[in-house]
Amino acid sequence: MKTSKKSIRIIADAVLVALVIGYLALLQSNTTAHSYAITIIERSCIYAVAAVSMNLIIGFTGQFSLGTAGFMCIGAYVTGIFTIPVKMRDQIYYLYGMADCIHDIKLPLIAALALSALLCGLIAAVIGWPVLRLKSDYLAIATLGFSEIVRAIFGWDGLGKITNASYGVSNIPPFANIFECVAICGVCILIMSLLIRSSYGRAFKAVRDDDVAAEAMGINLFRTKQLSFVVSSAFAGVAGGLLAVFMRSAVTSTFTVALTYNILLMVVLGGIGSVSGSIIGAFLVTGSQEWLRFLDKEYVFSDLIPGLSGTVFGSAQVPLLRNGFRMVIFSILLMVVVLFWNHGITGSKELSWARIISIPSVLRERKLRKAEEAKRREQEEAAARALEKEVRGQ
Amino acid sequence: MSLSYFIQQLLNGLSLGGAYALIAIGYTMVYGILRMINFAHGDEFMMAGYFMIYSIAVFPWFISIPIVIAATVVLGVLIERVAYRPLRNAPRMSVMISAIGVSYLLENLANYLFTAMPQSYPQIPILKYVYNFGDISVSRVTILAPVLTIVLTVLLVMLVNKTKLGMAMRACSKDQETAKIMGIRVDNVITMTFVIGCALAAVGSILYFTDRNTVQPYSGSLPGLKCFVAAVIGGIGNIPGAVVGGFIVGICQIAITAAGYSVFSDAFTFVLLFIILLVRPSGLFGEKAVDKV
Repeated sequence: MKTSKKSIRIIADAVLVALVIGYLALLQSNTTAHSYAITIIERSCIYAVAAVSMNLIIGFTGQFSLGTAGFMCIGAYVTGIFTIPVKMRDQIYYLYGMADCIHDIKLPLIAALALSALLCGLIAAVIGWPVLRLKSDYLAIATLGFSEIVRAIFGWDGLGKITNASYGVSNIPPFANIFECVAICGVCILIMSLLIRSSYGRAFKAVRDDDVAAEAMGINLFRTKQLSFVVSSAFAGVAGGLLAVFMRSAVTSTFTVALTYNILLMVVLGGIGSVSGSIIGAFLVTGSQEWLRFLDKEYVFSDLIPGLSGTVFGSAQVPLLRNGFRMVIFSILLMVVVLFWNHGITGSKELSWARIISIPSVLRERKLRKAEEAKRREQEEAAARALEKEVRGQ
Repeated sequence: MSLSYFIQQLLNGLSLGGAYALIAIGYTMVYGILRMINFAHGDEFMMAGYFMIYSIAVFPWFISIPIVIAATVVLGVLIERVAYRPLRNAPRMSVMISAIGVSYLLENLANYLFTAMPQSYPQIPILKYVYNFGDISVSRVTILAPVLTIVLTVLLVMLVNKTKLGMAMRACSKDQETAKIMGIRVDNVITMTFVIGCALAAVGSILYFTDRNTVQPYSGSLPGLKCFVAAVIGGIGNIPGAVVGGFIVGICQIAITAAGYSVFSDAFTFVLLFIILLVRPSGLFGEKAVDKV
């Protein structure tokens, strides 16, 4: 029984993967026609890596670190610097001239991303030493501060020979095809979810749920937090590198605090402490930011409801719709999720086939329970009324 | 570097520091009672800037200033009611995410209502009057800022130490449960904290923007974070500490800019934060916190 269930699950997974690959192949077959869909998917995948990496430290280890944008900035610059074609370097660095020691080093994308991960991990290990001893709020503000310091350093003209200062790195070669981007993102997320399911991951959760008890059980608090922070930062670096390749440039103005908040929105919306939730959150936020673009445009009523043209009402401006309205809707959405629905889409559990299949039965059960409760309450009220009558009668 | 240049920069630093100090008080008071970083405080300060632009278009300056203060207070209290009060018993992380959400909302709302273009801040002639001492020329607001800050701080410290409300605030920040049992209406005290914090932020915004001339939707977020750092430097929950922290941050920022490293003027504040957290995590004047299990 058990094995057949497992085999069904494997088949379902395989079908899903095949469908995804098929769809991507369809997009890849005509990149000019589908360029818009390709952009959305690539962007979503990259943000998914960033969101899962943020969830690793915030959701699974319970450390409220907001340094994601800073590490993404480091990753973006490292990847950018080592992948731009050697021929174009003098042209890009025309103002400062590229430093000789890195001028002729060109790495393939994977190697550059690995280097970004390594560097981000190292930096995380160094700053983690003082920062991870801090409690929640101090940790948040210190990591935010780190992120701003990184931005200042990369924008400093003293390092212009390496980072090209405020001009940033441009002309980064794009992804060879959509598979390259999706596959790298998939592997990154897979590694992180394997880590979360390992004994290390259980230690992370123990630290999150009760650090005193975890320490009493023999978990080295600091080393566990450090590991989670280093891994999370390394993958944030990879996400930054991918983002740089996606945008074909790396500039410090991309990696502001707002980027961190944006990724936090994905994590919260998807469900804090759930990898699948973060992925869904990343796709949902990125996708709907595109689909809701109509909120940013100005319309008159006859544009939206045909048949009104010519009437006075038809030429009236639709209220509220104006540049910037989309982001207002997004921030209200975030507030609604935080205030009324704080488990997000998946809660802290993972999305699985079993869970999807069980949704109807869970809903049915909930309905039954509610009906039962209503019935019980009615009975109680009736009893109370009877009692009251009796008392009055006496 | 001539002496007059030095004095000029020092005065600029004191002026900026005064504005920062007033905002930092809001952070430190809210943190003292609710144990949360009110990430939206910097954006309330930005909104106060916009309120001034719109109210001065209709009213003279001496009516506009009270209107701006009142509007900012209403905004702050509203935020507390809607976004923080329902989460009073929620985990700290949810409250912090809610605060970040409010900050995100205010920035986007300002972007939507007032467009992303920087708008010029009204020049109130009374504040902009320029004094000339030899080589040094200072506007009145530059001198007024530190003086006003110190006067307001003294008044606030007296309020906290001498009045019944102040006593209630201190009780709430020590132990909310017990304060409630003793008959203090904790929710009212928290509302009053937000009222005071926002009023000071509104005053701070007038001082800050008069010197800087433009307001844009994101001009609150970074100064906000810096003022929280100022509160941490002074020792969180300590009002005079926050003021000292505000002056330190303001003067350092001007000094770094004057030295020609304006790229690092924001980042240096956070370097200060790292140093203080490493050397003296409870801040310059803070009491040492003991962890309770």
